Amino acid sequence: MSNPSDNAAQNNLAPSSTDEFIKGLWRENPVFVQVLGMCPVLAVSNTALNALAMGLATAFVLLMSNILVSLLRNFIPKEVRIASYILIIATFVTMIDYAIQAISVDLHKSLGAFISLIVVNCLILSRAEAFASKNTVGKSILDALGMGIGFTIGLFSLGAIREVLGNGSFFGYSLFPVQFQEWVVMILPAGGFFTLAAWLLLFNVIKKKNSKA
Amino acid sequence: MTNQETIPTANSFHMLRAMVGIGTLCGLLIVLTYEGTLPRIEQLRAQALQEAIFKVLPGISDTRAYAYKDGAFQLAADDDQVIVYAGYDDTGTFKGVAIEASGQGYADVIRILYGYSPDKLKVVGFYVLESKETPGLGDKIEIDPQFLSNFSALEVSLNKGLDALENAVITVKSGTKVNPWEIDGITGATISSRAIGEIMGRSTEEWVPIIYKNQEVFKLKANE
Repeated sequence: MSNPSDNAAQNNLAPSSTDEFIKGLWRENPVFVQVLGMCPVLAVSNTALNALAMGLATAFVLLMSNILVSLLRNFIPKEVRIASYILIIATFVTMIDYAIQAISVDLHKSLGAFISLIVVNCLILSRAEAFASKNTVGKSILDALGMGIGFTIGLFSLGAIREVLGNGSFFGYSLFPVQFQEWVVMILPAGGFFTLAAWLLLFNVIKKKNSKA
Repeated sequence: MTNQETIPTANSFHMLRAMVGIGTLCGLLIVLTYEGTLPRIEQLRAQALQEAIFKVLPGISDTRAYAYKDGAFQLAADDDQVIVYAGYDDTGTFKGVAIEASGQGYADVIRILYGYSPDKLKVVGFYVLESKETPGLGDKIEIDPQFLSNFSALEVSLNKGLDALENAVITVKSGTKVNPWEIDGITGATISSRAIGEIMGRSTEEWVPIIYKNQEVFKLKANE
């Protein structure tokens, strides 16, 4: 899981703190560039609210696990590091699960089984392994914030479009007159793939244009 | 993995120390969160159940929980398992009972609440308390207006001996409902809508005859 920021650090071209934060938003966006954590991205992005809640829950787990992994990086031997990271991640997932239940029964109902599945979201484990275990707490926080917000933006971009086209609403508020025929397919799993493909296409077109310029 | 060597290697004691240490810390965090959120979660669940009772028994303004002990309904004490919630209108008239039931759905166990009116001999309301059915497909059992309209007057009349239903509640293929005790299924959510039929069929078969026979208990309490 080597990535540009690790290589830069090795070549003594240490990225600035802002860079650690910004990279997750655009250059190494977890959804549009690294294509990580696709299970929740496709499954829970059927409405804007679900996507936002799932994104924020994942960002919270990412932030807390990055902090703890970074704090304990000299305490965890490499032989048991993956088991330790999974234990840490599962703890914060359980905590956020209780927190969401305490916030709203309906929200917990709609996110269903996907909250527990944050444990196996490869984005979180990859940031613990590739970044937090080798960097200071400060940098790990910035990395987690950047990646977490980048992931939330990715999920929200899918959720908003799917809800508007598939349900004719945004955050539950109706946008169109009653004559509007909803594109039901956008709410179904296939809609997740279509929307993700469209976003990836757009991202790649922009990247190509930028690299030519 | 360019900086892998920066992660310390260790002997068995160090590994054990790390795992036990992290395990203890994580356990503590989970217990603290659980204890901290439990009162709020219980309050929200009770609130959601109360709201659901008002949804499945239209026109009521007060409810009371009853447990079923030694072959009779009694007002439920704190540690009793509640079986039904009786609903009363503004004048204190008994309108019906809300019954909780559960069973296997497509993804996981579905928990429902339905309202039964012994006067009308009908199920008069339905609400899904908990379900993990597929978003966009199976979860139509919670939101599809046509499916939900099945439960505004679903017949559950008793046979002559008053010990069983005249006709068991059953889910039929979408668009083929002809009898008032049938539930019109949902295309694209066949398993989930059939599961609702089975859950409700089983529960009504068990409880409707008992509630019908004991309805005076609920009415008596209303006059107290």
